[in-house]
Amino acid sequence: MKQFHRRTTEIAAAAFWLLIWQLASMVLGYQILLPGPADVLVRLLQLAATASFWKGIGISSLRILTGFSAACVLAVVCAAAAYAFPRFRVLLQPLVSAIKAVPVASFIILALVWVRSSYLSVLISAMMCFPAVYLGVLEGAGAADPKLLEMASVYSMSFWHRLIGIYVPAVLPSFRAAVKLALGLCFKSGIAAEVIGLPKGTVGDYLYHAKIYFETADLFAWTVTVVLAATIFEKILLLLLDRALAAWGTNEEGR
Amino acid sequence: MIRLTNICKAYGGKPVLEHTDLSLPVGITFLDWPSGAGKTTLLRILLGLETPDEGRVEGTKGLRFGVVFQEDRLLEQLDARTNLQFALGKAYNEEKAQRLLLQLGLALNDPKRVKDYSGGMKRRLAFARSYLADSDALLLDEPFTGLDAENRAVMRALIEEYAKTKPVLLISHEEP
Repeated sequence: MKQFHRRTTEIAAAAFWLLIWQLASMVLGYQILLPGPADVLVRLLQLAATASFWKGIGISSLRILTGFSAACVLAVVCAAAAYAFPRFRVLLQPLVSAIKAVPVASFIILALVWVRSSYLSVLISAMMCFPAVYLGVLEGAGAADPKLLEMASVYSMSFWHRLIGIYVPAVLPSFRAAVKLALGLCFKSGIAAEVIGLPKGTVGDYLYHAKIYFETADLFAWTVTVVLAATIFEKILLLLLDRALAAWGTNEEGR
Repeated sequence: MIRLTNICKAYGGKPVLEHTDLSLPVGITFLDWPSGAGKTTLLRILLGLETPDEGRVEGTKGLRFGVVFQEDRLLEQLDARTNLQFALGKAYNEEKAQRLLLQLGLALNDPKRVKDYSGGMKRRLAFARSYLADSDALLLDEPFTGLDAENRAVMRALIEEYAKTKPVLLISHEEP
């Protein structure tokens, strides 16, 4: 009942902002400035009926998810090494701080010099994902129960048994929070990279063309598409992670 | 023989152990100091988890201990069998584990996670882990906590059996 009430409130809040959007669009009276939600929906449905729309989403998502996955693997390996070897952690610290602090646009322009535009979103989404996952895993490993670690030391538990029995359950909740944050960042930065690098047939490419031809409804439709794609992939990923958390008995649903 | 001589240990200037001596010959060495008297610190010093400020620790080098800590320190998200397998490694013996757990009123095949065990069940499993370890001595910190009379009797008998050939340090309010 409580959940039903919460869901109703959320739907009402969303409806309120859609209404404001529609009213603002009607007051302005120019679709080129601000198309209404109904116009955007119609355009989205028209786009969805074309093959290039799905191809664009497929290419962009695949590249962003490739960067995301590669960064996740690298971040976990680096965090494990940084946890085990404090000097390696000190060594990585400036790099991680730099990636966090430097504006994504600077990275995109710099990366354009290094790689072909088609690989740009892979590299940029990986760069945005790495610090979040690295720090999340490191934090989780640091939160491993010291009493269990003492027990493991007294019983001379093997590396793998410590990893599975103590570290994985400690890391999974913060890893979950980190990848949730990172996936959203990856989609935002990956699409931004495509808008600057303009690899053909990608969502970023379509977004850019919508902007230069003043097709504002297209701009909105593509933006909605990106948000939907990011949300769907996030839900799938979190579902898989929650299953892993449940299997490990550290279910953190509702976090 | 394991021997602690003239051990002093303080935390933040507050002394916990002052000129303490302890020997652990074969058999049960019973320790019923009052709460806060440094029993757990002594156990930690024996295990090499703490270094004394003063004094000598002899006979512990290379020794393997089976330990029941004050807390159960089990891998809560795993079942009993995996807990034993992980902690004991190569020393794990399925048959021995099955027999001991049965004696202690537990089942090795129980698929339940340890986090779903009662306090007494966790205590018995922690004891089983210490007992099955390939150890030279047993260090038991309040092993009877949360146990009913029947399980206490079983545990006491097992401790006495072990103590026939090896040293046991039994920290308890309850004499065996």
